[in-house]
Amino acid sequence: MADYAFQAESLVKKFGRTTALAGVDLHARPGTVLGVLGPNGAGKTTAIRILATLTGFDGGTARVGGLDVVRDAARVRRLIGLTGQYATLDEELTGLGNLVLIGRLLDLRKPDAVRRAAELLGRFGLDDAARRPVAAYSGGMRRRLDLAASLVGRPRVVFLDEPSVGLDPGKREDLWRIIRELTADGASVLLTTQYLEEADALADDIAVIDNGRVIAHGTPPELKQIVGGQAIAARPKDPERVEDAARILAAVAGHAVERPGRHGLVVPVDGDRAVFDAARRFEEQGIALAEFSLRLPSLDEVFHALTGTPRADRSGASDIETAGSRA
Amino acid sequence: MTAITTIGPPDAVRRRPAGLLRHSLILAGRSLAKSARNPGALVNGVLTPAIFLMLFVYLFGGSVAGSTGEYLDYLFPGIVVMGAGLSGMLSSGLSINIDIKKGVFDRFRSLPIGRSAPLLGSILADTVRYVVAIGLLFGIGFLMGFRVQTDAAAAVAAVALVLGFGFCLSWVTVFLGVLVKDENAVMGFAFIAFIPLMLGSSLAAPVGTLPGWLQAWAGNNPVSHAMDASRALLTGTPAGDSIAQTLIWSAAILAVFCPLAVAAYSRKR
Repeated sequence: MADYAFQAESLVKKFGRTTALAGVDLHARPGTVLGVLGPNGAGKTTAIRILATLTGFDGGTARVGGLDVVRDAARVRRLIGLTGQYATLDEELTGLGNLVLIGRLLDLRKPDAVRRAAELLGRFGLDDAARRPVAAYSGGMRRRLDLAASLVGRPRVVFLDEPSVGLDPGKREDLWRIIRELTADGASVLLTTQYLEEADALADDIAVIDNGRVIAHGTPPELKQIVGGQAIAARPKDPERVEDAARILAAVAGHAVERPGRHGLVVPVDGDRAVFDAARRFEEQGIALAEFSLRLPSLDEVFHALTGTPRADRSGASDIETAGSRA
Repeated sequence: MTAITTIGPPDAVRRRPAGLLRHSLILAGRSLAKSARNPGALVNGVLTPAIFLMLFVYLFGGSVAGSTGEYLDYLFPGIVVMGAGLSGMLSSGLSINIDIKKGVFDRFRSLPIGRSAPLLGSILADTVRYVVAIGLLFGIGFLMGFRVQTDAAAAVAAVALVLGFGFCLSWVTVFLGVLVKDENAVMGFAFIAFIPLMLGSSLAAPVGTLPGWLQAWAGNNPVSHAMDASRALLTGTPAGDSIAQTLIWSAAILAVFCPLAVAAYSRKR
């Protein structure tokens, strides 16, 4: 049991008559990242809030660093860092001021708190903005500062609730690099996301969660095997050549070609080898491309593969998660 | 540029004693630093009473009390109570509500600090804000010609009484701020409560001169007692039981709403 950096067993959480978690198991070994993948309202935020001692639950157990999150809540809080979905910073204070405040609440002496804050600001590329009020920060800077705030106390377990929401792709790469470095230092990370791509880039293990249940659990390669791995998406510039392009894709992939858009083609592939073959043949036959990419299945496709049904409209459930996480 | 050194030695975060008070003071400092950059609530707590003070004194003072100077003596002690009450009603509940909504309190609650430290810190900072608001009001009153007619001890007692009253009253909006989701609801409550509570009192004229139905309310309004007490301590009018009543009301409001607010706060989620 103490082998796990954090561990939730059969977690049940109800909000009134709605069951947010219906027996969820999650765990990660020290120095690893667990990616919790699921749509809005699946229960991701609720699970994080329980492990971070912010909310109670109705059944099961939750432990962090071998400590019970209910009975040893105070000691658990010494081990964890939390970055929620919403930047929890003081707009009126400077970036430095925000981090120093956290440091002092963590019982660092003022000079130590300032030193630690400066160190993190430097690490997150925020030195120049250190003395500016957060109100003047961009969305990406806020995200980075928010993440820095959760690291002031050198946590052993870091909870990140959809950390890349609202970041443009370049900034997301920066964030991913930082998250990878956390585990290089031996910390464990629980990361929730709606993107398989993100979970694939960061997680050692992925738990797919839907309607309060874990519906799949495994390493990214295992999961991708279940859901069908990668796919090539292509769209010829000239609509006349779509049939030619479809023939090429079918030949290199050995699978049936789907046609999601008007002239778009998607074909599942078993490895990235097919990309090079396809590219060479497109060139040989002089088919100009408007779009050509190798991508992972979308969350919808993952769910389709795992449950056999397309995801129903979950707007109702997402309201419940929002209400639960903020009420 | 490599390690963030996530994991420190266990003693990297040193434990120090007297946690709750120290954490509360640190959080009070945070609240005040925010106030210094964004003094909206403080301005409200000073500006509204100051406007009423000037309006009443210069418009009605001559006809109500014979001279603006005499009316100032009557009105000012009540305006001080309005200042403390308004600062309490406006800032405490509002800032707590916004912190909860923005998730700032979640960040605090995930830290190894006392659960009530954010609440206490907020209230402590408010108390400082009342002192500033009341200080500014005394400055305005002085410029308009108000002088304390009793002695320094009585004046200090008046300020302490008014501060205590504002502090206790602020727990009502703290409770509300924790309870409701929308900060506008807190604002709305403060605005709606303002007229009966602050104006339906002995603020502008002695309760005895009001029409019967209003007398029934104003005579029992705790704000009237606080204003009468402040008047007695600052200008030497007969205190009657107003000081005792103010203390009893303050204690009663605190006894009801402080536990309610703390309970609602700790039951959050």
